[in-house]
Amino acid sequence: MKGSKLIIEALRKEKVKVVFGYPGGSLIPLFHDLQDAKDIKFILPRHEQGGGHMADGYARVSGEVGVAIATSGPGATNLITAIATAHMDSIPMVCITGQVKTTLIGNDALQEADITGITRPITKHNFLVSDPEDLPEIMVSAFHIARSGRPGPVVIDLPVDITIADIKTKLPAKPTLPGYHPRYDPNPKQVERAAEMINKAKQPVMYVGGGVISSECSDLIKKMSEKGNIPVTTTLMGLGAFPETHKNSLLMLGMHGTAYANLAVTNTDCLIAIGARFDDRITGKISEFAPNAKVIHFDIDPTSVSKNIRVDIPVVGDATKSLKKLIPLLKKSARKEWFSQIDEWKEKYPLAYKGSGLRPQYVIEELYKLTKNKKTIICTEVGQHQMWAAQFYTFTKPRKWVSSGGLGTMGFGLPAAIGAQEAKPDHLVINIAGDGSIQMNIQELTTALANKLPVKTVILNNGYLGMVRQWQELFFDKRYAQTPLKETNPDFVKVAEAFGCTGIRVTKKEDVVAGLKKMIATEGPVFLDVQVEPEENVFPMVPAGEAIDRMMGMT
Amino acid sequence: MRHIISALVENKPGALARIVGLFSARGFNIESLAVGETENSEVSRLTIIVGGDEAILEQVRKQLGKVIDVLKVQDISDDSFVERDLMLLKVSAKAGKRPEIIEIANVFRAKVVDLGEKTIMFELTGPEEKINAFINLMRPYGIKELARTGRIAVLRS
Repeated sequence: MKGSKLIIEALRKEKVKVVFGYPGGSLIPLFHDLQDAKDIKFILPRHEQGGGHMADGYARVSGEVGVAIATSGPGATNLITAIATAHMDSIPMVCITGQVKTTLIGNDALQEADITGITRPITKHNFLVSDPEDLPEIMVSAFHIARSGRPGPVVIDLPVDITIADIKTKLPAKPTLPGYHPRYDPNPKQVERAAEMINKAKQPVMYVGGGVISSECSDLIKKMSEKGNIPVTTTLMGLGAFPETHKNSLLMLGMHGTAYANLAVTNTDCLIAIGARFDDRITGKISEFAPNAKVIHFDIDPTSVSKNIRVDIPVVGDATKSLKKLIPLLKKSARKEWFSQIDEWKEKYPLAYKGSGLRPQYVIEELYKLTKNKKTIICTEVGQHQMWAAQFYTFTKPRKWVSSGGLGTMGFGLPAAIGAQEAKPDHLVINIAGDGSIQMNIQELTTALANKLPVKTVILNNGYLGMVRQWQELFFDKRYAQTPLKETNPDFVKVAEAFGCTGIRVTKKEDVVAGLKKMIATEGPVFLDVQVEPEENVFPMVPAGEAIDRMMGMT
Repeated sequence: MRHIISALVENKPGALARIVGLFSARGFNIESLAVGETENSEVSRLTIIVGGDEAILEQVRKQLGKVIDVLKVQDISDDSFVERDLMLLKVSAKAGKRPEIIEIANVFRAKVVDLGEKTIMFELTGPEEKINAFINLMRPYGIKELARTGRIAVLRS
């Protein structure tokens, strides 16, 4: 079978419904045959980075492997940021990059780049297909590796001659990967020890991350919290893994988490981490992080255990399998003192904002009120708007929040929203953006329009690269080096219109609700340019390297 | 503390680059690394000497285990094992000095593999201390060139 046709057969076998790809010289034979595969939808981004983030957004909301294709050389290097983003957030993706002919590799041929070399540290695994007969095994292995264990992106670098070769080997039913055995079943003794420790704890806290979303066990998190009567805080990646409307919810923890989540973690005697990796934005100063706690860590990746924080009871395995074994062993406990302490903190330090004028937090609150009874997916770019969205939108279900956590990629939101909309056509998909971030992949508005993917973007326009400006205000004597954008920003309403989409502008607080309503009611992609207070800060905030219970702006 | 990590790796393109890249990206310090085929031509054995405390070593073991081409990782430092290092050493040896140099070499059971007008080349294998001791004794005569394979190790039965 011809190489390109074998690739298409492999995509079908893996139940791929859509690919996000950009053509180029080394991909002409593959695209020639993809044109006939009517059962695989093709979406053309306007930049390969956009295509990569679309595949990522698609994967985040659907739970399936996202597929991106880019040509050799610059096409492939344009994918790099998207691959690194998916890698940091453990998102399953298969990226196929074109490559020059096998006989030309290493000769600095036109549009040649060493993509397996470049992507080695930012992929779960990568392959260079050097023998056409290896292609079937590689295709099947790539999808298996991407979606199993701790998910992640896999790159297949595909020389053009492989796509036209006649391949005798058939696609195998299963890959042969003798060195790859992700552990799903936890050690039952470790689960018993964990249960014992939780039952003895007076002040436990569950700290829940994106692993719970990957493992699809948010229902078990709720069960565990209710059965054991344990408060729950989530990371940025874990938003939606536990309903924020639940009385046991502490909302998000960490640098811009709630003061009460951080106080609870600092005072807990038993910290139960589930699918989370003790990132520096969570722990702050390591030596003062959860100083009195015994730490239990449920994770599928053994390298996450005791990497940053010493763990007392590691439970390596799939969160779903581990929690199913753990929950029956948990005993109900009133923990009256602990909860009354938490309630006191909640009352004393609520998430709040002050001041008149058009505050960005207000926009998010009103957006939540207008969308909470609809099927809604919130995507974000990266910066202040992302933190306000995390703080002031109320997340109650998994896979409704799409944000670049680990890498913090500006320009992620719009293309990710397009991918999310493709996965969930019946959902209202809203990208919350800043005026800086939205300009990084603004060209993808064309992709949204061309593919009838009616994503809405709320630009919280403060005329600054706001998060950096906030740090400059607080820690660098208010020297706003290269962060003011107001004078040079484009007119976002006209930009949207030039793309053939709708632009709406809101400049006053009293017009926010009407503006949001109009945006939601409008067909097709929309930019809602909301001109917010320029120097609002994200609070509370743990200064970098400080202990997490010492927050600025605890109201 | 120094540890000896022995890993079996699939002989695939990029496998070694993956491992070396992992060490540099995570800031692990390699003292010595030796690679060669095993009895199975599809599998190589890597012997890595790495320094660091227990927490770092735990990460080294786990991160190596996570590499998809790696089949098996063992920290054999606390077990009974045989280790060897192979060295080729070329030393300056004028006519008058030759007998004493060869006498030292005999004590170490170093083999003469090349004899020139002004130099002798020795081949020496053994554990690290033996190799280092020989190097120190040859230093006063003037070492011209030296190459070592790095340590390899296999567990005793």
